Amino acid sequence: MAVREVPAEEITKTIKRLCMEANTVLGDDVIEALRKGYRTEESPVGKHVFSELLENAEIAKEEGIPLCQDTGLVVVFVELGQDAHVIGKDFNEAISEGVRQAYKEGYLRASTLDPLTRKNFGDNTPAIIHIDIKPGDRIKLALVPKGFGGENMSRVILFPPAAGIQGIKDYVIQRVEESGPNPCPPLVVGVGIGGTLEKAALIAKKSLLRPIGQRHPTPDIAKLEEELLRDINKLGIGPQGLGGTITALDVHIETYPTHIGSLPVAVNFQCHCDRHKEAII
Amino acid sequence: MNEAISVKTPLTDEVVEKLKVGDRVLINGVIYTARDAAHKRLVELVNKGEDLPFDIEGQIIYYVGPTPPKPGKPIGSAGPTTSYRMDSYAPLLLAKGLKGMIGKGSRGIEVIEAMKKYKAIYLAATGGAGALISRAIKKADVVAYEDLGPEAIRRLVVEEFPTIVVNDVNGNDLYQIGKNQYKKT
Repeated sequence: MAVREVPAEEITKTIKRLCMEANTVLGDDVIEALRKGYRTEESPVGKHVFSELLENAEIAKEEGIPLCQDTGLVVVFVELGQDAHVIGKDFNEAISEGVRQAYKEGYLRASTLDPLTRKNFGDNTPAIIHIDIKPGDRIKLALVPKGFGGENMSRVILFPPAAGIQGIKDYVIQRVEESGPNPCPPLVVGVGIGGTLEKAALIAKKSLLRPIGQRHPTPDIAKLEEELLRDINKLGIGPQGLGGTITALDVHIETYPTHIGSLPVAVNFQCHCDRHKEAII
Repeated sequence: MNEAISVKTPLTDEVVEKLKVGDRVLINGVIYTARDAAHKRLVELVNKGEDLPFDIEGQIIYYVGPTPPKPGKPIGSAGPTTSYRMDSYAPLLLAKGLKGMIGKGSRGIEVIEAMKKYKAIYLAATGGAGALISRAIKKADVVAYEDLGPEAIRRLVVEEFPTIVVNDVNGNDLYQIGKNQYKKT
């Protein structure tokens, strides 16, 4: 198959657009989930929170201002077709340049800094980039401006195999309960099961790209998602932790083969401001 | 839901004592922004016995790092950040006269005890509603630590800024109360 040339400039432009869109326009799946929440939440205060979140989404879209002031660290999942050849610039830099331009021109907050000196770089770069090589000549870019209210409450644990499915369920529910109002519920709860330490965390994060309401294609895993969602919503934490019947909008699980001696489980929280956009070049 | 109560800053003991857990409170007047890095510097000043960059007596600190304003706007998106990160600094500022804190998420026991002792309250604003909240902010000026960018201390003029009382002067906690009310077994 012939190699397809893709100018790096194309990647920069796409990343810039995705950053700006993701930060100001909530996806239809999220809006629908918030509307459903407004209809079904039993707590009056919780219902009020849902109405505020819907109004917030309208204002952000109308005025082109960020939905949330935490415009996140930019996480980019790249599916790079092995027959695509990026030309003209360093691939990672092409992504960072898109982030740089979006955060400056879109009046988005620069939150990225050196972890030790705590000096802010001022342009929200570098992005966190995960690359997966795939067949074909296309480049798929999926972008999440990841807020850290949810990120700070996320955890990975390496259970012994004996923990089993019950151990996984107990752990996820315990994480939601301990986190309470901090990760900005109602949440999307991403769960990564299997792999290694970093693989579990990575698939937990990647599961957040899936639209709200879409179940895992494997029936047993889909059932586990539904059971966890039901149990999480019994906790009473509710919207913003002020009490209510909707603590999570959805639970997404991804799995990966693991070692005979381990059962890694990662829980990655996404707040209700569930920003994710993707494009194919 | 109860009708909202409008208050004006600076707050007095009398006003703070009347506000009860679960009350919706609309704030008017001046409030100050500060988050992690600014708190660190404020507490260093107190520990060195130096003056703070603003008079803290009766004031409210809002835990926020706003997005930059678009041309012609006073501020960008400006919702609350998670409050527990300020827990280690808050009691000292409460001792210095701070009367209110706005953020989101639970406070530690030391902060709740300090609020009881010094008669102060903790209010939650809706996290992730930064665009909506920005409409209540009429003016924003950096008063200290401009080098911290989004973390600089800003003096905000607010009108009917929407909050809800999470911890009152009696040590009640809305997060516990609300959760217990809707918990199902």
